[in-house]
Amino acid sequence: MAEKPRIKLPSQARKGEIIEIKTLVSHAMENGLRRDQNGVTIPRKIINRFVCEFNGQLVFRCDLDTAVAANPYLQFFAKVEGDGTFRFSWTDDDGSTLTAEERIIVTA
Amino acid sequence: MRMISRRDAMALGAFVAVAGHTGVIASPVEAESEIAKFSAGATPRTGNITIDLPEIAENGNSVPLAIAIDSPMTERDHVSEVLVVAERNPRPVIAKFQFTLMAGRAQASTRIRLASSQSIIVLAKTNSGALLMGQKPVKVTIGGCGG
Repeated sequence: MAEKPRIKLPSQARKGEIIEIKTLVSHAMENGLRRDQNGVTIPRKIINRFVCEFNGQLVFRCDLDTAVAANPYLQFFAKVEGDGTFRFSWTDDDGSTLTAEERIIVTA
Repeated sequence: MRMISRRDAMALGAFVAVAGHTGVIASPVEAESEIAKFSAGATPRTGNITIDLPEIAENGNSVPLAIAIDSPMTERDHVSEVLVVAERNPRPVIAKFQFTLMAGRAQASTRIRLASSQSIIVLAKTNSGALLMGQKPVKVTIGGCGG
């Protein structure tokens, strides 16, 4: 999980507005069902959890299973009442976590 | 002793062919137990859930899925948890979503893998303990679960 995640959200919004957030991260999402050329099962390795927080408070969470396609894409919404920072995190089966942050300015 | 008729032989062959697959394709029974676990005894009410899926998915490796639950998302009435199940996938649970008031809408989309033509089942729990259910069939041309 070296590549930078791709996140799309507006940089500004009005107070109380519901904004759309799109995220995509590069990952094979190896489902543990495939076999290599020698018939050996390729071990499972997926991103199993995605969390989005705004100013430290949970907005949206997804527990992913092996049926989520490679390079997991997630689209969801957030209602913003003031300026702040979105924090996104992706947790891998191997325990590693990838994080990203995005600021948003909220006008009255 | 009775001779095995051609018809019997065909039926047996078909049975073996199906049985031979059980290791790969999960039975809907497994999906049902996951649904029961999520429901925790509540009886689901149909409606209020929109599931957006292509009618025919040519490639089961990446099928766009969007779910939307009609909810005011207020303190008094909001969706908190959503379970997405593909009843004929090797592992039926696709994903679990958790929404808070700060999400504003109980809507999400992603891309999923489907092993074969089947129904996608979506269950949503509200803060008041109500359980909603929606279902949508999808045809899959090429399965996308390896194996």
